[in-house]
Amino acid sequence: MSATTAILTSRKTRAPRTRGGMTKKRTSDWLLLAGVIVGALIVLVPFYLILVNAFKSPLDYATSGPFALPQALDFTGIINFWERVNFPEKVWNSIFISSVVAVLAVLISMLNAFAIGIGRVRGRVWIVLLFFLANLLPQEALLYPLYYMFKSVHLYDSVWSVIIVFTVIQAAFGTYLLSSVFGTFPKEVLEAASLDGATRWQILWRVVFPISRPTLSVLLIFFFIWTWNEFLIPLTFLPSNANQTVPVAISVLQGDRLMDVTTMAGAALISIIPTIIFFLIFQRTLTRGITAGAVK
Amino acid sequence: MSVMTRADRGARVKLPPEEPSIPQRKGGTAGYWLYLLPGFILLLVIVIIPLVFNVYLTFTKWRGVRTPEWIGLDNWFKVFTDEKFWTSFTNSVWMIIAMVVIPTTVGLIVAALLFDVVGRKFGGKVGSFLRATYYLPQILPIAVAGIVIGWLFRPGALGAMNQVLGIFGIPPVDWLGTMPSALLVLMAVLVWVQIGYPVVVFMAALQRVDPELYEAADLDGANWFQRFSAITLSIIRPEVFVVTLTCTIAALKVFGPVYVITQGGPAGATLVPAYYAYTEFFTKRDIGYGATIATVLTVVVVVVSIIFIRVQNSLERKERAGL
Repeated sequence: MSATTAILTSRKTRAPRTRGGMTKKRTSDWLLLAGVIVGALIVLVPFYLILVNAFKSPLDYATSGPFALPQALDFTGIINFWERVNFPEKVWNSIFISSVVAVLAVLISMLNAFAIGIGRVRGRVWIVLLFFLANLLPQEALLYPLYYMFKSVHLYDSVWSVIIVFTVIQAAFGTYLLSSVFGTFPKEVLEAASLDGATRWQILWRVVFPISRPTLSVLLIFFFIWTWNEFLIPLTFLPSNANQTVPVAISVLQGDRLMDVTTMAGAALISIIPTIIFFLIFQRTLTRGITAGAVK
Repeated sequence: MSVMTRADRGARVKLPPEEPSIPQRKGGTAGYWLYLLPGFILLLVIVIIPLVFNVYLTFTKWRGVRTPEWIGLDNWFKVFTDEKFWTSFTNSVWMIIAMVVIPTTVGLIVAALLFDVVGRKFGGKVGSFLRATYYLPQILPIAVAGIVIGWLFRPGALGAMNQVLGIFGIPPVDWLGTMPSALLVLMAVLVWVQIGYPVVVFMAALQRVDPELYEAADLDGANWFQRFSAITLSIIRPEVFVVTLTCTIAALKVFGPVYVITQGGPAGATLVPAYYAYTEFFTKRDIGYGATIATVLTVVVVVVSIIFIRVQNSLERKERAGL
């Protein structure tokens, strides 16, 4: 969901890290630490419930309740879900859509931002505002017209409809953000390249692209995760089973009253594993440079 | 924010020069428009044209087949007297409390504690670990959160929460079937989902705070709270602003959580504008009316963003004048 919107920038953090190490801990410090840990545990409760119930047999759940650890490891819930929704197919759809969107959106953001931040085209303030607002729009305002448009060009129920829409929406955010990052691009570097006879296109690919790669990769990761978690547009534009993404597949199951709790927990568990793996791989990148390019 | 009005430009200290950063040999900046072309065409086809089409639909009656029938302002008269519409926007206020007010306040406190107390006294590793924990719900697809919450708050004795209540001898509650518990559950879930975002952004921002300022404050005998409000808050104010803006927009637009947790129920009590528009589109097939609700929501979102940006710009200007 778009609330995941985080903000990133090129600003270097003068991280003071932990000065002085672990000195003089007062009682109040321990109390505050305890408070923060209790908060973290509350946040973890639903994850704990997913984890323990995913490995219970229905009988085990009925006798021991939701909070107990499983008596024995049982994979029926997970296998049930896996087979019922053809999970590998859904994961593949999600990975395919999210990766293509992430790459295309970064590419378009970079082209736009090159013209706005470095080329300083006329009226750029308004152009940036336009992209910014395009990203903020509620998707409902585009939903029916897009639905109609895709139906008439036979892209309805094709993953490409979702790919195109999210490429534009994510690129709108990327343009807004990268334009201000590129606006502060070191001028001397560009001038030197230009004096060496490089064309704009060469400057973009041989100078701007490599230097801004860290920012671009953070954008890429965000676009991937945001697209992965998107719900409304895939739900509307991908009705057939074979095209569904992971979040849509699981929400379809939700309506199924017959589904037992352990299947559901199994479903939840294996649906979050791909995102968690992705998060762990990129956690450093994600948290390293998150501040606002938007914020001066 | 880099969005500013013409009048502001002169006041900007770090304003980039009007000239392109690459020296020009021929043709001025016109050639740069080529780079904007793909982005512009896509924006036009996927956002601008549908948006205009959507506004056109608000003046029509249409069931999605054949041609839309022009009915003038009927949908607009209907929308302002529609009780469900007002309920949905009233609920937006609750969504803002759950997605902006509580997460930003709690996020500020948690981030400050993690950075200041946990990070400094117990080591950065403990701090980062706890930060990741708070962030975890953010990467969870909302549909997954929905089924877990649906099961936790299932009515009858089988629901996990009701089993907990059972231990204390309290009879089962129909959490999502009655008010106000349905709204409270929805809000609690939103707080849970949202909390990691301000924590992560604020912690990154706090790294900018000069430790010497803290030392000076300590020498002056300031306590933790005084230091927090006088130094920390004023330095990370830009991030507070961005978080508030993005979360407010997200709260106005919220759809997924309502769809997967309450479906707007019981009896429309937890309806929000986005979900209301969705049901008009795909359940009632009254596309003209759905488009009207979506258009009102769009206007609200745009107005709120512009107000935010203007306030931020004027605050920044005042700050500069003060320096």
